[in-house]
Amino acid sequence: MSASGRLALALGVLGLALLVVAALALFVGSAGLSPRAVARALAGQASADSVESVVTLQLRLPRVAAAALAGGALAVAGVAFQGLTRNPLAEPSVLGVSSGAAFGVVLAQVFGLGLSVLQALGVAVFAFAGALLAAGAVYLIARVPGGLSVPTLLLAGVIVGIFFTSAITVLISVVDFNRLGGVVHWLLGNLAPIPPGSLALFALLALVGFGLILRSARELNLLALGEEAATQLGVDAARLKQRVFVAAALLTGTVVAFTGPIGFVGLVVPHMLRGVLGQDNRLLVPAALVAGGVFLLAADTLARNVVAPAELSVGVITSFCGAPFFVYLLRTRYRASL
Amino acid sequence: MSALVEFDDVAFSYPLPAGRQAGFTLAGVSFAIAAGEVFGVIGPNSAGKTTLLRLLTRVVVADRGEVRVDGRPIGRLAHTELARQIAVVPQDMPRPFPFSVEQLVLMGRYPHAPGRFFESEADRTQAAAAMEATGVRHLAALPLEQLSGGERQRAMLARALAQQPRLLVLDEPTSHLDLRYQAETAALLQQMNAERGMTVLLVSHDLHLAAAVCDRLLLLGGGRVARLGPPAEVLQREVLESVFDCAVVVEVNPTSGRPAVQVAWPVPAGRR
Repeated sequence: MSASGRLALALGVLGLALLVVAALALFVGSAGLSPRAVARALAGQASADSVESVVTLQLRLPRVAAAALAGGALAVAGVAFQGLTRNPLAEPSVLGVSSGAAFGVVLAQVFGLGLSVLQALGVAVFAFAGALLAAGAVYLIARVPGGLSVPTLLLAGVIVGIFFTSAITVLISVVDFNRLGGVVHWLLGNLAPIPPGSLALFALLALVGFGLILRSARELNLLALGEEAATQLGVDAARLKQRVFVAAALLTGTVVAFTGPIGFVGLVVPHMLRGVLGQDNRLLVPAALVAGGVFLLAADTLARNVVAPAELSVGVITSFCGAPFFVYLLRTRYRASL
Repeated sequence: MSALVEFDDVAFSYPLPAGRQAGFTLAGVSFAIAAGEVFGVIGPNSAGKTTLLRLLTRVVVADRGEVRVDGRPIGRLAHTELARQIAVVPQDMPRPFPFSVEQLVLMGRYPHAPGRFFESEADRTQAAAAMEATGVRHLAALPLEQLSGGERQRAMLARALAQQPRLLVLDEPTSHLDLRYQAETAALLQQMNAERGMTVLLVSHDLHLAAAVCDRLLLLGGGRVARLGPPAEVLQREVLESVFDCAVVVEVNPTSGRPAVQVAWPVPAGRR
């Protein structure tokens, strides 16, 4: 089958999976609504202030949208960082980029930025700057002549992550805690409902990042041969790296700004896709957008229901999946490269 | 015959950490490769062979002098334009992701339509023909990891052919190969030259291979041109001994009539 045919098939299957998981997320929850009540609310037949309407349309639906967006963006960022560093273990949280973005968000909150659309844009800008700073630091630490060394890259990510996590702790300690309400919960990754305006902004920023990376997908394939070989094939490697670097930081920063630093999505999802689709970034990037949504939506539905009526942070679920997965990859497939 | 590649008094040095003396990696290098020629660049380690190749493909830019392809300074050519003129077969390549042979060969089509997302049917036909020519078509679906050194070399050669270049550059093509594959590689590049009129630049340690297949040789020593000319003129005992700093014996290969260079054993007393 041709590459475009395989992409269409993959997107079809993943799109179907997304619909199924989204439906599950809408119909299942601690409010104890009957499926019929949820359907009524979705069809617009329930009154606007009824319980089923509020729970379905104002709580569950925005949450489903946020989870799908965040998961997709993180998975695409994972594919991008892997291509950029030519390291299959790279990923926003492993590289410390999420922590950098989280520091930006906490800093924005110290300045009093909240959840209105304009303020949300401000928070996203801070998160983007934090993500750029962290990714830049990791890159500079791990750079060796002719590329990036795998062990140094992972260590640099851990170190930069620790640094920014400590910086967050400092901010939380010195600033009046009430002004940072909910920050601890948010730091674990939190898909609390986002107002429609901010959700649209979230979608827009994620789309920009995704578009930039999708456009670079073919060139990212060539970059896998090394920078020199890619140049000899006609790729402007410096510009390619800048574009993908900025786009991946934008995706990470955006997700962290709206949902907190949710870890390991960018590792787990691309790896599962690589197993099925192979290494072609032109298939991986679009597939990751949908598959990331499926994964995070499933994780969030689990998080909402597994200890009901209490709720786990979705970041806890992704880390419980992602950390063992990382160890598995480290011990098996990438043993030789370390 | 017109010159396809010209180096005009080219000098280059890699940037060094502050406080260290910068020595030129290459200096005063001038030569021309005619269209249709098989041209060899030889010399000891760190003589500047790889740097010369990087200058030619604009991975690095000359500090002084000019490199021209088809009469045009390469600084004025877009990366894709240069890649349509020159294709490089590297010694080996990093393989962080297990791409298949066919995916690798299709990458050679990039400079012909960089704006295209997926390759066209014509691109796939070109790639198939390139794999056929180097005998790796039956391996098309295999990941590169599962290939032997010789097969991988031929896959990389197929990628370069898919680029449809005018100049084919081979960087140490036989370094990982046993005798049979060395012979096959030599035959293949002579075939490319004879049948497709492709100009070939061979960069190699392997003096036997260079002597056997090249029309002319450029011997680099310490970043400068030590000798330039037909193999019989370049591969002379006194020249080689001074450039390589070791005693050699130059004989004649009985089947090709070309020079055959060997190290003189045992190393004479007084040297090293």
